[in-house]
Amino acid sequence: MSQVGCVVTHWIVGNEQDKGIPNTQSKNRIRNHMRRYSAFAIVREGARYHTGWERAWKSPAPKKRYDAIIVGAGGHGLATAYYLGKNHGIKNVAILEKGWLGGGNTGRNTTIIRSNYLQDPSAAIYDKARSLYETMSQDLNYNVMFSPRGVMMLAQTEHEIRGYERTAHANALQGVATEFISPQRVKELVPIINIHGPRYPVLGALWQPRGGTARHDAVAWGYARACSDMGMDIIQQCEVTGVRRDGDKVIGVDTTKGAIDCDKLGVVVAGHSGVLADMAGFRLPIESVALQALVSEPIKPCMDVVVMANTVHGYMSQSDKGEMVIGGGADGYNNYTQRGSFHHIEETVRALVETFPMISRLKMLRQWGGIVDMTGDRSPIISKTPVENMFINCGWGTGGFKAIPGSGYAMAELMAKGVSPLADEFTMWRFGEGKFIDESVAAGVAH
Amino acid sequence: MLLLECPYCGAKCEETELSPGGEAHIKRYGPGSSDEDFEAYLFMRENPKGVHFERWRHVYGCGKWFHAARCTQSLEVFGTYAAQTFEPPQEIKDKISGKRPGWSWRDFS
Ligand SMILES: Cc1cc2nc3c(=O)[nH]c(=O)nc-3n(C[C@H](O)[C@H](O)[C@H](O)COP(=O)(O)OP(=O)(O)OC[C@H]3O[C@@H](n4cnc5c(N)ncnc54)[C@H](O)[C@@H]3O)c2cc1C
Ligand SMILES: [Zn+2]
Repeated sequence: MSQVGCVVTHWIVGNEQDKGIPNTQSKNRIRNHMRRYSAFAIVREGARYHTGWERAWKSPAPKKRYDAIIVGAGGHGLATAYYLGKNHGIKNVAILEKGWLGGGNTGRNTTIIRSNYLQDPSAAIYDKARSLYETMSQDLNYNVMFSPRGVMMLAQTEHEIRGYERTAHANALQGVATEFISPQRVKELVPIINIHGPRYPVLGALWQPRGGTARHDAVAWGYARACSDMGMDIIQQCEVTGVRRDGDKVIGVDTTKGAIDCDKLGVVVAGHSGVLADMAGFRLPIESVALQALVSEPIKPCMDVVVMANTVHGYMSQSDKGEMVIGGGADGYNNYTQRGSFHHIEETVRALVETFPMISRLKMLRQWGGIVDMTGDRSPIISKTPVENMFINCGWGTGGFKAIPGSGYAMAELMAKGVSPLADEFTMWRFGEGKFIDESVAAGVAH
Repeated sequence: MLLLECPYCGAKCEETELSPGGEAHIKRYGPGSSDEDFEAYLFMRENPKGVHFERWRHVYGCGKWFHAARCTQSLEVFGTYAAQTFEPPQEIKDKISGKRPGWSWRDFS
C-alpha cells in the first residue's frame, strides 16, 4: 500500500514540475530522503513496470538567502557542495547553473583519470581524487562506472623517455604507483599499436595501472542526487549576472531568477571564470580556449587501456559502447563558442592513425568542443580572492575531470575553514610570487 | 575556422596559415616597475566573452605580426590592423561600436 502511495506522490510532483507550477503543498510531500539504488530496487521496480523510480534531484525555486552559494553545477561545483555538506555540515547551500547540470566540460570530456603528475602538490590532489574515484559509486550510491583499466603515456622521443623516467621516480617518492615500461610491454598491453614508427616509434611508456576512466555524466548526476538528498538546492537555468559586494565583502549574487544573498560564494565555472572574476572586479591569470574531442563509430572491443601520445598530440580509449574516444590539442586563441577549429581534428587523427593503423578505416561519429580555462603553469587555482568570502576554483583546463572529487574536497574545506592543506599551493597569487606548479610536461597533451 | 586578412600583404588567410600570439596591446613592465604591474604584465590576461584584441602572425605568408579585433562569443572578426600601434585605430573602434554598442576593453571603448 505504501508503495502505491509513493508512486502517486511522485507522479503528481513530477507533473507539476514539468509544467513549472510551484506548489508548496506537493513539494512538502516529496520524500525527504532518496531511495537507495540496489539490485533489489531493480527487481522491485521491474515488478511494477518501472513506475516507481523517483527523480534523482529536486528542482526548487531559489530561496532568498543561503549560507553558501556555488556558481556552476559542473563536477567541481557539485563536488564542492557535496563535501560542504558531508565533511563540514554546511547544508543550506544552493548550486546555481546557467544551463543544465553537467552540461559544461564535465559532460564534454574524454574521462581520463590518472594522477601521474610531476610536482608534489599536484600528485597530492590528483591522487586524492583518484583514490576517491575508487569508492565513488559506493559512496554516492550511484554507478559512475569507474574503470581503472590502466593509463599509458607513450614515450616517442628520447626527450620523452627522460621526462617520464623522471616522473616515475617522482611518483615513487609521492607514493603514486606508476612505472616506466618497455615497448614490448606496451605491445602486450595494446596489441593494436604499431610500435615501429617510422616517424614516431614507441620507445616505452609511463604506465599507471590504477588510472582509467569513469562515466562523466554519472559523476555529475551522482553528486547532484547526493546534494539534493542533503537538502541543497540545485537551480538550473539560473545564470549569475552580477556579484554583489558590500565594500570588499561579497553579500550575494544577481541572477536571471533574481537576487540571492549568501555568506560565502564559491565560483566554479571553468571557461567562464574570467567572466565571473570580471563581475567581481578582479582579473585572473586565465585564458579560455576551445578543446575538442570526437568518437568513432562503435566497433568490437579492441583496446582495454587508455593510451596517450603526447608527442603526436592525441589520445584514445574505447568506451563501453565500442566507440573509440579520441582527443587532441586545444585551439590557440580565446573562444567561448564550444566549437573548435577543424584542423585540430585532422591533426589529431592523422597522428593517431600512424600509431594505430587499424583506425584509418573508421568513420567519425560525433565531434564536440568545450571551453577550457588555461593557466600559465597548467595547474589549477583553488583560492581565496581579492573579495572577502568569495572563493574560486578554476584553471583545470584540459585535465580536470580526473580531479573532481579531490578538488571538491579541498574547495569545501577552504570555504568552510579558510584553509585547506590540499589547496594551499594552488592560490591565484602563486604567479606573482613565482611559485608555479609547473605541469606543462605532465599535462603536455590536453586530457 | 577563422579567416583573417593580413593588413600587410592583403592575403585573406585561413587560420592554419597564421599563428596566434595572444592578447594585444600589453604594456611591458620591466626593472623599476611595481610588483603588481610586473605580475599583471606577465600573467594576468583579459579573457572577455565578447570584444577582444589579439596579436597574430602571418607565419606561412609574409611572416609579419599584426593585430586583430574579434568577438570571442560569435567568432566574428571586426577587422585587422598593423602591429605598429599602442591602441586600435579609430576606424576599428567605430566599427565595433556599430555592432556592439557600449563595448569596452581595458581602457578602450
Ligand atoms: C574535449 C575535452 C576533453 C577533456 N578530457 C579530459 C580528460 O580526459 N580527463 C580529464 O581529467 N579532464 C578532461 N577535460 C577537462 C575537464 O572536462 C574539465 O577540467 C572539468 O570537467 C571541469 O569541470 P568544472 O566543473 O570545473 O567545469 P564545467 O563542467 O564546465 O562546469 C562549469 C559550469 O558553470 C556553468 N556556468 C558558467 N557561467 C555561469 C554563470 N554565469 N552562472 C551560472 N552558471 C555558470 C556552466 O554552464 C557549467 O555547467 C576535457 C575537457 C574537454 C573540453
Ligand atoms: Zn601577410
